[in-house]
Amino acid sequence: MNNYILVILIVFYLVMLFFIAFWAERKANSKWVNNPYVYTLSLGVFCSAWSYYGSIGVAATSGVEFLTTYLGPVIAAPLWIMVLRKVLVIAKHQKISSIADFMSLRYGNSRFIGALVTFTCLIAILPYISLQLKAISETFEIISSGAISVDKSSNIFLDHTFYIAVLLAVFASFFGTQTTDTTDQHRGIVMTVAIESVLKLIFLLTAGIYVTYVLFDGTQDIYDKFSQVADIKTYTTIPDIYGGINWFYMSAVSFVAIFLLPRQFQVMVVENDRERYLKQAIWLFPLYLLLFNVFVIFIAWGGKLSFSETVNPEYFTLLLPLKNNNYILSVLVFFGGFSAVISMVVVATVALSTMLSNNIIIPYGYLDFLSKGEPKTNIMYIKNIRRFSIFILIIISYLVYVKFYKELSLFSIGYISFVLIAQLAPSFFMGLYWNRGASKGAKIGVISGLFITFYTLILPSILGGYFHFESFIQNGPFGLGFLRPYQLFGIDFLNPIAHAFFWSMFFNIFAYLAFSLQGSGNYRERNYAEMFVRSYSYSHLQEGAYVWRGEAYVSDIKRILERFLGVQKTERAFSLFYAKYNLPDDMVKADSKMINYSEKLLTGSIGSSSAKIVVSSVIKEEPVSLEEVLEILEESKKTLSTNRFLQEKSEQLSKLTADLKKANEELIFQDKQKDEFLDTVAHELKTPITAIKASAEIVLDDEEMPNEMRIQFLNNIVDDTERLSKLIHNILDIEKLSSGREPLELRAYDISKTINEAIHFVSAEASSKNVIIYNQVSSHILNYDEDRMIQVFTNLFSNAIKFVEPNNGKVSVTMEVLAKHVLINVEDNGKGIPAEDFNYIFNKFYQSKNQNTKKPLGSGFGLAICKHIMESHGGAINACENTEKGAKFVIKLPK
Amino acid sequence: MKKILIVDDEPNIVMSLEYTLKRNKFEVYIARDGGEALELLKTKIPDLVLLDIMMPEVDGYETLRRIRLEEKFNNVKVVFLSAKNKVSDIEKGLAMGASKYITKPFSIKKIVSDINELLN
Repeated sequence: MNNYILVILIVFYLVMLFFIAFWAERKANSKWVNNPYVYTLSLGVFCSAWSYYGSIGVAATSGVEFLTTYLGPVIAAPLWIMVLRKVLVIAKHQKISSIADFMSLRYGNSRFIGALVTFTCLIAILPYISLQLKAISETFEIISSGAISVDKSSNIFLDHTFYIAVLLAVFASFFGTQTTDTTDQHRGIVMTVAIESVLKLIFLLTAGIYVTYVLFDGTQDIYDKFSQVADIKTYTTIPDIYGGINWFYMSAVSFVAIFLLPRQFQVMVVENDRERYLKQAIWLFPLYLLLFNVFVIFIAWGGKLSFSETVNPEYFTLLLPLKNNNYILSVLVFFGGFSAVISMVVVATVALSTMLSNNIIIPYGYLDFLSKGEPKTNIMYIKNIRRFSIFILIIISYLVYVKFYKELSLFSIGYISFVLIAQLAPSFFMGLYWNRGASKGAKIGVISGLFITFYTLILPSILGGYFHFESFIQNGPFGLGFLRPYQLFGIDFLNPIAHAFFWSMFFNIFAYLAFSLQGSGNYRERNYAEMFVRSYSYSHLQEGAYVWRGEAYVSDIKRILERFLGVQKTERAFSLFYAKYNLPDDMVKADSKMINYSEKLLTGSIGSSSAKIVVSSVIKEEPVSLEEVLEILEESKKTLSTNRFLQEKSEQLSKLTADLKKANEELIFQDKQKDEFLDTVAHELKTPITAIKASAEIVLDDEEMPNEMRIQFLNNIVDDTERLSKLIHNILDIEKLSSGREPLELRAYDISKTINEAIHFVSAEASSKNVIIYNQVSSHILNYDEDRMIQVFTNLFSNAIKFVEPNNGKVSVTMEVLAKHVLINVEDNGKGIPAEDFNYIFNKFYQSKNQNTKKPLGSGFGLAICKHIMESHGGAINACENTEKGAKFVIKLPK
Repeated sequence: MKKILIVDDEPNIVMSLEYTLKRNKFEVYIARDGGEALELLKTKIPDLVLLDIMMPEVDGYETLRRIRLEEKFNNVKVVFLSAKNKVSDIEKGLAMGASKYITKPFSIKKIVSDINELLN
C-alpha cells in the first residue's frame, strides 16, 4: 500500500480523536461521557500493543502461557471491591493524583519515596513506551511494504514513527494539562481511550473471525491441521509442576501490575468519578479481557500453518490478511494496534509527567522559585513543566527504541516492566492494611527489589543481548555459580521473568517487614499510616485525623496558597473551609485542620511532598511524640464513636418524641370522638324520651280526649320505648364487641342456611315493602358464630329494605369461594350510598361534618356492629364504591 | 288566631305538639325539616316558629339564619327546641335571634305557657 495514503489515514484518525476529546471535555458531565461503561472501557488501556500483537507471538512460540498476563487481572477484579475502593476513598480524600503521590503520602509525605516511586515507574514504563513505538513503526512498514526492512535509515526525520510520536506528545500535552490541578479529570483523554478500547477489540475480533472462518474452516480445522505439523501438547498444556510454579508467578506479576501500572492507576483511581462504577467494572473488565483473547490461539496457529519459521509471529494478525490480499482488513488491524498504542502512550505519559513534575522536578528543583513567583506565572510554569515532561518522555522513549529495542520482542519487554512495577507492591498493599509499615522499610524494600530485578533480569539481557558476554550468565560473576543471574542460589526451574519476580519480591518483602518492625517511625509517618489503614473510620473525621501542633498564621498560609492557586481559588477554598467547620472567617491562628486542608489543596497542583514542604515553610511546627499521636488519634476516634452514639440516641429520642406526640394526638382524637359519641347517644336517647314524656303528659292531662287519639298516643309511647330499648341494646352490644368481653362461639355451620334464617327475620319488613331477597349462596360449611352472622345479615337486609323503592326492591346474596376465604356479596337496587358518606358508614362515632345535620343513627350503629363482628371473625366487611345502581356490601369470612 | 309553625323530623314529637297547640286554639303548620319549613314560609307568615336544631339536610341554625335575612319575618318569633343542652349551644341559639331556647325533653304544658307569654 502507498505510504502517503496510510499517512493521510493516520492523520485523519488522529484528528478524529482530537475532536472526540474536545467534545468530551465540553460535555464532561453528560451521561454519554461519564458512565460506568466508559470507565470500564478506559480500563482497557491495559491491553496495549503487547496484548494486541505480543500475545499471539507467545501463543505461537510457547502456547497458552500468554494467558498469565490476563489471569492476574481477572483474579484481581473481584478484589477491587475491597482494595480499590479503599484506595479510591483515600485518593479522593487526600486529592491524590498519582501512585507516587499515594505512596509518598502514606509514608509520611516523604519526598524521597515520591521520587523513588517515580523513578521506578520511569524505568519500567519508558521501555514500555518504546515498545509501543516499535510496534507502530514495524506495523507501518509491514502495511506499506509487506515486510520489515532490516537496514533502517538512521535519520530520524525520515522516520514516520518520529512524527507519530510527536503528534502523540502534542495530543497528550494538550488534553493532559488543561488545568494545573492534576486531580481534575481528563474527560477528553478517557473518552478517546474508551473508544480506542472498543475499536481495538472489534478489529481484533474481526481479524480472528477472518482467520478462523474464512482462511480456515473453523476452530476444529485449525486444531486438526496444526496437530499434524506440531506437537499440540506443548502448546496447550502446562508441562509439569515447575511449569505450574512459573504460571503462578507470571500470573502474580500481572495481578499486581493491574493495580500499580501508572496508566492503570490513572484511569482506575484518578479518573474515577464515582465509586459505584466499580460494580460494573468488576465483571465487565474480565469479560473484555476474555473477548480480547478469544481468537489469539487460532490466529497464532493459523499463522504458524501459513508462514515459515523466520516470520515474526507477533504480526500474524497483520500478515495473514495481507498475504491473502485483504488490504482493508489489514489496515483495520493496523488501526486497532495503533489505537492500543495511542491510548497506552497518552495515558502513560500523562500519568508519568504528573509524577515527574510533582514528585521530582518541583520538590527537588523549582519549589523555592515557585514560592516566590506570581500566581499567574506559577500556573503557566507548572503547566509548562508538565508539557515539557510529556515531550521529554516521548522523545526519550523514541530514542530508546531507535538505539536499543529493535531486536527484543514485545512480550519480554512488557514483562520486564511488569516486574519492575511490581517492586512497589509490598509497600503499596501492606501499607494499606498494616499501620506499622514504615517509610524506611518501604525505601529499602523497593531499592533492594529494584537491584535484584536489575541483576537477575536487565543485566543479563543487556550483557547477553548486546555484548554476548555469555559466561556471566552461564557461570555467574567470577565463576560463582550460586550468583548466576538466571539461577540465583540454585533456583533453576523458573523462567527468567518468574525467577526475577520471585527473588526481587523475596528481598523486597523481607526488607520491608524487617525495617518496618525495627523502628517505630516518626510521628507524621504514623499519623498518615493510621489515616490510610483505618480510612473507613477516619473518612468522617476528614481533616480532624491530622495531628499537628505548633504556631501558624492564617495570613501566611493564605499568601503561600495564592502563589500556586491564584487569589480567587484560594479565597473560595477558605470560605468553603470556614463554612464546613463553622468557623469565623477572621481566624488569625491556623489549627491542624486548616494546615491539613491547605496541604491537600496544594497536593493537586504540586504533589503531596511539595505541598508539605511549601506549607511547612510558613508555619512553625513543634514535634509531637509518637505516643501523643496515637493518643490523639484514639481520642478523636472515641469522640467520633461517642458522637455517633449520641447522635443515635438523639435520633432515637426524637423518634420517641414523635411517636409520643402521635399517640397523644391519637388519644385526643379518640377522646373527642368519645365525647361526640356520647353527645350523639344522649341526643338519640333524648328524642324518644321527649316524645314519651310529651305523649304521656297529654294523655294524663286531657280527660276528654277521644279514645282513638288516646290509643294513638299510647301506641306512640310503646313505639318510642321500643326504640329506646333497641338503642340501648345496640350501644351495649357495640361496647361489648369492641372491648372483646363476649367471646365468639365458633362452630361449623352451613352459611346458606344461616342466610335463609336472616331472611326469615326480616321477612315481615320485606313483605311490607314488597321487597324480594334472593339467596343464591350454595350450601357451604364454615366456622362462625351463627347468632352474630345472622345479626350481620339482618342488619344489611334491613338497611337494603330501607333504601329500596317499595314494590320494586330486590336484594341478592351471592358468594365467591377463594383460596383462604369466601366473599359474600349483598347487593340491592336502592338509592346506593352517597359518595360523601362512604368513609364514615362503618364508624360508630360517625357524625357528618355539620354536627347539626342529623343522620339515621340506627343504620350507622348497625354497620359499626357488623364491622366489629366481622373483624372478630378475622374477616372484614366493605362497601363497594363502583356500583352502577344500589349499594353493594362484601363480607369476607376466613375458610 | 295565632299561627305556629312546628319544624321537627320526629313525627311523634310533632304529633304531641300539634295536638296540644290545636287544643289551645292555635293554627298549626308542620314541616319535617329546615328545607320544608323555608318552602312553607314562602306562602305563610306564622307568628312563632318552634324549631328543632338537629335535622336532616338544612339544620335549625341555618333555617333561622335564612329567616332572619328577610324583613317580612321581622316580627316572627322563633323558639328553639333541642336536645342539645350545652351552654354554648343555648348562647349560640339566642345570639342568632331566637326568643327562647327550650331543651328536650320538655314539658308540654310549659311550652304552651311560654308561647302564650311570648305572643302576648
